[in-house]
Amino acid sequence: MAAFAIRRIVGAIPLLLFVSVAVFALLHAAPGGPTGAYMRRGSMNAADLAALEQKLGLNDPLPVQYGKWLGRVVQGDLGMAVTTKRPVAVEIMDRLPHTLTLMAVAWGATLLIAIPIGIFSAVRQYSKFDHAVTMLTFIGQSIPIFWFGLILLLVFYMRLENPITGEPLMPAGGVATMGAPFSLTDRIHHLLLPVTMLAAGWVAWYSRFLRASMLETIHQDYVRTARAKGLSERLVILRHGFRNAAIPLVTLMALDVPFLFTGALFTEVIFAWPGMGRLFYAAAERRDYGLLMAIIMITSVLIVLANILADMLYAWLDPRIRLS
Amino acid sequence: MLDLVVRRFMRHKLAVAGLVVLAVLILSAILAPVITMDPDALSVSERKQGPSLWHPFGTDEAGRDIFARTLHGGRISLTIGLAATLVALAIGTALGAAAGYFGGVLDALLMRLTDAFLCFPQLFVLIVLGTLINATALRFLQGSIVPIAVVIGVLSWMGLARLVRATFLSLKEKEFVEAARAAGGSNARIMLRHVLPGAVGPIVVQASLLVAASIITESGLSYLGYGVQPPTATWGNLLRDAQPHMQQLPVFAIAPGLMIFLTVISINFVGDGLRDALDPYGRR
Repeated sequence: MAAFAIRRIVGAIPLLLFVSVAVFALLHAAPGGPTGAYMRRGSMNAADLAALEQKLGLNDPLPVQYGKWLGRVVQGDLGMAVTTKRPVAVEIMDRLPHTLTLMAVAWGATLLIAIPIGIFSAVRQYSKFDHAVTMLTFIGQSIPIFWFGLILLLVFYMRLENPITGEPLMPAGGVATMGAPFSLTDRIHHLLLPVTMLAAGWVAWYSRFLRASMLETIHQDYVRTARAKGLSERLVILRHGFRNAAIPLVTLMALDVPFLFTGALFTEVIFAWPGMGRLFYAAAERRDYGLLMAIIMITSVLIVLANILADMLYAWLDPRIRLS
Repeated sequence: MLDLVVRRFMRHKLAVAGLVVLAVLILSAILAPVITMDPDALSVSERKQGPSLWHPFGTDEAGRDIFARTLHGGRISLTIGLAATLVALAIGTALGAAAGYFGGVLDALLMRLTDAFLCFPQLFVLIVLGTLINATALRFLQGSIVPIAVVIGVLSWMGLARLVRATFLSLKEKEFVEAARAAGGSNARIMLRHVLPGAVGPIVVQASLLVAASIITESGLSYLGYGVQPPTATWGNLLRDAQPHMQQLPVFAIAPGLMIFLTVISINFVGDGLRDALDPYGRR
């Protein structure tokens, strides 16, 4: 297993190099590239700008610039965020915990809801419940996440109010009430809408997927054997059916990591959630190319790692699969 | 064969309903210039009005008719969805076919390329391209929908390539391919005439879902301000315009999103129907 992990990680390096070259070229080849943020602020004259370009090495040929950038990155130096004058690594570490909290809660909620729905609609295939779930999953898969977020805001912040206090039923955004002391209920209150927005689509995808996967496994011979042994239906479905049906779900979740980041970006923008997605959005608005580059690379690394992890989990869950 | 596919498709009620809704949506986009007023006409005296007979969805902060802008937005959004899918279809089919048919080093290289494209966080890259187009000498591309369609296509061919490759891998060993080769068929001819038709079913299903995905991507990007730029309306940038006025003009925020939703769910139903209808092992 360890050998497999090392081989896959080594194998991923050329992939990540390719991604970094492509993004680097994209950002630097465009006219008015990395110094755009300074130029737009108009705080620099032409001579200062030229000096800055010299200092940042922007007059070197592109491959040399890329080499220098790569040299710094492998030493853990992601550079400075041009607009905030703070190290990129610090900016990101400030935001990452918020994104991870949001994703983890949404992900947990998704599994808690999607797994029972998926199992139940497979066991009761073509029942009223199953038809209703099928319809709802189509809706969940088709609703544009950013529009869903806006509608949630419209209904729960702008229209509905708390009958006792007369305040909006849900906060408009942020992780906590400004200036208030830490309180868990306040945090949860602030998580409800963003998590709903993020999880709705996933619940649809995963319950649909699990249903199909369950339908496949519960007609297998080993499930019939388990039933013939006289096991209770509950054990047959959960231990013999679900455990095998869940294996492809693991792969699906790993392949979905890029979409996780996409969803988180919209959620963070709409609900003023101070995470990585919002940082990226702000960096794009300020044209802070160093920050943009760093976030894209970190995201790519996370996507690659998630894929490797999925392969390993897959082999661990299903002993029939050999890692080679 | 076609007869069978049509019969099986018609049995899928939701797919038929989806097809009807889709037809209405496409028709409304095509006829938008005829059935609505000018989507860009400003009217200072009619700013931020609620729905009325004259303005079914009301007017925005510049007094433009939201109904007209929504239908015209559909022209752009649907076109980009289709164009992006065609780009992805061309790249995905070509690379997948080459990888599956020729195998060996070429296959390994093309599959690594596919893996690399799969690690791009698509939306992030699109936003970066959007900033470049908005802020640099590429600004001349700003009003055009071509770069967005092309870039979305270039970032979404990977699933198709894997699918086509898998079909080519299994079909190229079949006897009919050997027979075609023995009869002196060139590689290009065998690929196009003998193997590709076997992959059409899954390709059609995947492509239909890709149209829906591209429409969502485009509208999301335009919603964030990095897609099609105003005054050209698309469903995405209409939502962006609507957001500050949601309180007074809820219809403005609901209508464009509902259009995206209806389009995407119809396409998903049609895709589901096609999957059943084109399944070679399905019921007759």
